[in-house]
Amino acid sequence: MGGAEVLRPIVEAARPEHPSLLDASHQMDALFGVTNIPQVLWIDEDGMIVRPAERGSPAPQPTEDPFAKWVFEIMARGTTHPEWYGDRVRDWAEKGPDSEWVLTPEAVIAASHPRSRAVSEAAAHFALAQHFWCTEGFSARALHHFERAHILQPENITYKRQAYSAWSFAKTHEDAARFAQSPKPGDEDQWPFVSEFVADAKQYLGLDLSAASPRPGPST
Amino acid sequence: MIVDRLDINAGSFEAATGWQIKPEGACKGDVCVPLDRSAGAAGGFDLVATADRLGMGIVADAEAGLWSIGPESLGGRSLATAAAPELSLPDVLTGADVKLSSFRGQKVVLAVWAPY
Repeated sequence: MGGAEVLRPIVEAARPEHPSLLDASHQMDALFGVTNIPQVLWIDEDGMIVRPAERGSPAPQPTEDPFAKWVFEIMARGTTHPEWYGDRVRDWAEKGPDSEWVLTPEAVIAASHPRSRAVSEAAAHFALAQHFWCTEGFSARALHHFERAHILQPENITYKRQAYSAWSFAKTHEDAARFAQSPKPGDEDQWPFVSEFVADAKQYLGLDLSAASPRPGPST
Repeated sequence: MIVDRLDINAGSFEAATGWQIKPEGACKGDVCVPLDRSAGAAGGFDLVATADRLGMGIVADAEAGLWSIGPESLGGRSLATAAAPELSLPDVLTGADVKLSSFRGQKVVLAVWAPY
């Protein structure tokens, strides 16, 4: 949630050698089927996608920060491959089309996220929710369209994160709310939508987010 | 794609969705979907019929007088083609638009994240 002003300090601290782009309108979902973060896709020198959007968790890094440790632990829980994702990327960078991780065009399409007409309608509702939230705040119709998006595509965790972040910031106006993605453990009733967050993350992503997060959240 | 009228032209549709209207149909990358032009409006382009043909959900908010058109759902997958569509987004630090096509000739890893 938020714009470049929220991301700027993070990007400046990381000092990446690559561009960092802001996708306020969720084009990555519409164009590439991104439904959660972190997700990664690869595009070759000819502009062909050789791996569609997929989970791309980084390897754990040494840290004393309790929240960072918790995030690495959460991401490792759903990792089904023995090597870390970065190793796959390095293999592709070295071997190009001969990398075992490169997929054929047909396999790329087949492995891209499922999208039914209902999922497309979910995206349409989400766009309206974003529009109303940006133009009139967290109004009743913004809530309505967020909820329709949640119901039509329950596996899209990004829709839920964005909605909760917007709702909690509108409610508290605390900076911490900008980074909230779901209620803190013990505050599960502070989820204003008809959808589920923790249950859907577990069902559709295999992510158990019920463990207590050490990150301070907004005062709900 | 949010519009306040349904009689937009093909150019606006292409700018918003990446689907180009050609004589052979609606085309993106190496995929072309034939269209029925018989009922076309707005210079031969019918937004509702084209969106329906591409499996795009259309949602109306009557109170606001807006329609929202979702992405295509051809073949039940989010990608209809492996050819990467154009993507243009602002750089967080400079605000300048960066186009995916400007990296042609290089390998590109698109890593999507959010601070939340």
